[in-house]
Amino acid sequence: MKKSKLFDSAGFRRTINRLAHEVVEKNKGTEGLAIVGIRTRGDYLARRIAQKIEEIEGKSVQVGCLDITLYRDDLHGRLEQPQLKSTEILFDISGKILVLVDDVLFTGRTVRAALNALMDIGRPAQIQLLVLVDRGHRELPVKADFVGKSVPTSMKQQVQVLMEEVDGEEGVYVIEGDEPEQKEKKP
Amino acid sequence: MKLLLKGGRLIDPVSGKDESLDMIIIEGRIEKIGTSLSADKSFQEINLTGKIVSPGLIDMHVHLREPGFEHKETIETGCAAAAAGGFTAVCCMPNTNPVIDDESVARYVREKAKSVCDGIVDVYPIAAATKGRQGAQLSPMAELVGAGAVGFSDDGSPIMSAEIMRRALEYSSMYGVPVIQHAEDSTLSHGGSMNEGYVSTRLGILGIPTIAEVLMVERDLTLLRYIPKARYHVAHVSAARAVDCVRRAKEEGLHVTCEVTPHHFTLTDEVVESYDTNTKMNPPLRTRDDVQALKEALRDGTIDVIATDHAPHTIDEKEVEYTSAPFGIVGLETAVGLSVAELVEQNILTLYQLIEKLSTNPRTILSLAPIKIAEGEPANLSLLDPHVEWTVDVQSFRSKSKNSPFHGRVLKGRAIGVMNNGNVRLSD
Amino acid sequence: MKLQSRHLLGLDGMSKEDIQLILDTAVSFKEVLDRPIKKVPPLQGKTIANMFFESSTRTRLSFELAERRLSADVVSFTTAGSSVSKGETLKDTARNIEAMKVDMVVIRHSAAGAAHFLSRVVQANVLNAGDGSHEHPTQALLDMFTLREKRGSLEGLHVCIVGDVTHSRVARSNIFGLITMGAKVSVCGPATLIPRDVEKLGVSVYHRLEDVLPKVDVLNVLRIQLERQERGLFPSLREYHRYFGVTKEKMALATKPVTIMHPGPINRDVEISADLADSEHSVILQQVTNGVAIRMAALYLLGTTN
Repeated sequence: MKKSKLFDSAGFRRTINRLAHEVVEKNKGTEGLAIVGIRTRGDYLARRIAQKIEEIEGKSVQVGCLDITLYRDDLHGRLEQPQLKSTEILFDISGKILVLVDDVLFTGRTVRAALNALMDIGRPAQIQLLVLVDRGHRELPVKADFVGKSVPTSMKQQVQVLMEEVDGEEGVYVIEGDEPEQKEKKP
Repeated sequence: MKLLLKGGRLIDPVSGKDESLDMIIIEGRIEKIGTSLSADKSFQEINLTGKIVSPGLIDMHVHLREPGFEHKETIETGCAAAAAGGFTAVCCMPNTNPVIDDESVARYVREKAKSVCDGIVDVYPIAAATKGRQGAQLSPMAELVGAGAVGFSDDGSPIMSAEIMRRALEYSSMYGVPVIQHAEDSTLSHGGSMNEGYVSTRLGILGIPTIAEVLMVERDLTLLRYIPKARYHVAHVSAARAVDCVRRAKEEGLHVTCEVTPHHFTLTDEVVESYDTNTKMNPPLRTRDDVQALKEALRDGTIDVIATDHAPHTIDEKEVEYTSAPFGIVGLETAVGLSVAELVEQNILTLYQLIEKLSTNPRTILSLAPIKIAEGEPANLSLLDPHVEWTVDVQSFRSKSKNSPFHGRVLKGRAIGVMNNGNVRLSD
Repeated sequence: MKLQSRHLLGLDGMSKEDIQLILDTAVSFKEVLDRPIKKVPPLQGKTIANMFFESSTRTRLSFELAERRLSADVVSFTTAGSSVSKGETLKDTARNIEAMKVDMVVIRHSAAGAAHFLSRVVQANVLNAGDGSHEHPTQALLDMFTLREKRGSLEGLHVCIVGDVTHSRVARSNIFGLITMGAKVSVCGPATLIPRDVEKLGVSVYHRLEDVLPKVDVLNVLRIQLERQERGLFPSLREYHRYFGVTKEKMALATKPVTIMHPGPINRDVEISADLADSEHSVILQQVTNGVAIRMAALYLLGTTN
């Protein structure tokens, strides 16, 4: 299996740095801003972005995490069920500019589920999408506002995001497989 | 009909014979018994090497359901089931509609049996001990004996009143006919659907405690001691303690006998966990200790008879929640198989002793003439294969009803034919 | 992660992992219940039939709420027990349900084993909402969930079930579930209302509250029913309350803080005194809230796998 590195941990750090700056720039500061990460890696990413924004602006930004399992469109007929984890958004999202964060943007179905979940929780003023990697192959009309790296991939490839908190190391890899990747959100 | 039975092992407790003998039977009479017999081509030769020839078996506890409940079983289908199971005679219980508490019903049942299945199965009615089985007034016992009744019982129900049981014992003692008690104190068993114990506690099903049976047996034996000329028989005994009572009473010399069903010496209350209503009967399946005690009692002779309590019910009646289902399972066609597998194979009884429990002893208790297997006598025989292993398939039962918990179970031993009243039925 | 069985018939024999899965899943659903829009879509397009052969407003409501919040379509069938002939109707009704292509059935019935019976007769997933005196698994699950919330862990917790254990499905399910989860379980009640050989289930037996109160962490108080008195199983409600009723005076004998539970509806001042039912040690209302979350968890886990 061929494995090629997109970023190493230094690259990771720099990308997060740049993305945080972009968010602040586009929104002209942190007024009304809140960040929500999609579990599991999106959650850790969201926290790092929030921390970076706080370093930049000197103001803290509210962070929450969202579990989209209940909103998946592929729940039925699976042999194994994805583990249900809880959603923790301890602030009111209504009226806020929410930056929704995920590690990889692929078919767009995860983002669709996240949007539905957020709508059931409140009524944000705006939702912007931030992703670390956009690998193409959209099946729904979803577009990211902030992208770490745009990498065209084939269906046979897999994008692997490794993070310190979850995997013990840091990096983003593209793996060459023989089978087309199953389009599922990995926990 | 001319038959040559060759190479069978004749087991005849009446004469004490247990040896390999051939027989020539013509028009239902035994013409010759001997070794190396032969006959001309006009005879049908039946090779019985490895098989058993015994006096006709009798099941002294069967519910034929006719008159009144013909959807469950009729005298015809019941007799067909009996013959298939190796029985040439059955005693039918009186809980029909109308109840057998009157000579006309007793005669009806006997006559009907003669007209079905080529009359190959004799049906001896057990009449109700009390009118309508209500437990309040004695039935016309003398008249019923005259019409062919061989015992008295209110089975399905116990004779609850001590006074009525006393009178039943006294009255029946004039005719030498036993009172057969379904031993159950219904105030203790009320509402129960299975044995009371660990399993019933786990399943949340109200239980029938063993004391319901034991208490009734102890009470009845006390009455029997007071009326020693009477004869008392405990139907379908199930509890270790009850068997102990009978043992001690026999040692004392009282005229008490008892019977056990194959399901009671085979299954325990643990099988109720499946909620299969074919595990529901009264008395219920008990614990391993009880099963052990029943087997021991068969071995030491405390239990005289094996009788099935064959109780047919339709699928619709049984396919309901456990607590609503009627009690009872069919048993005629699995009796021999279970007896050989659970008793003979496990060295509890020899085949000879098994035949005693299934033929000789019940006939003695009911004062039926012993079956003589001798030249010149009418042939009343059961042919058994004690070695064959077979799987129970309820759909192939001759009985109208298929309510048996043994579907799919592998049994050992099976009847291969019966002969009685000038007719033969061979299974293929 | 999924449950070992397609049905939820009882906690007898259910593994620790399965119980844990339901309790953990309920945590997420409890959060859903705090949102302004309490509805989530996982059972959208699924039809659930509630077959309640025994009247029970609160359990049925709890199930209906749980089902609707999961976006399922719900039909409820209730019958007054007496006019319906036993058994026939269950089998026939089950067949009709099949014919209507219902996905899941929640059943409450007065006969032990009714849910098992149904699971053999229909293709739908079957959830037992109480079968006679046998089991009421979702009640025991919500009881354990509530205890876990209040006390942290079930391991080693001494729970005493007080009352008519013989006729209680809540007692049985709790006994099976708590023992699996490592709790210590005892029962306390008049000898006529404690079933034969119950110690073999792994519980200790007490006949006096005074004997168990100094040792206990939790009391799960069962409802006492008048019909049992009429059957000669205990002499009077007055006597029951005096000797087995959980009151503030008796509670003074406790040596540690005791959590008080009751499956409801409460007979105030019979099995439990009114002031205790409303005290800060009582989790009776939390049980009700948690009931919906637990039922959502159970329905979700059964309804999203085949």
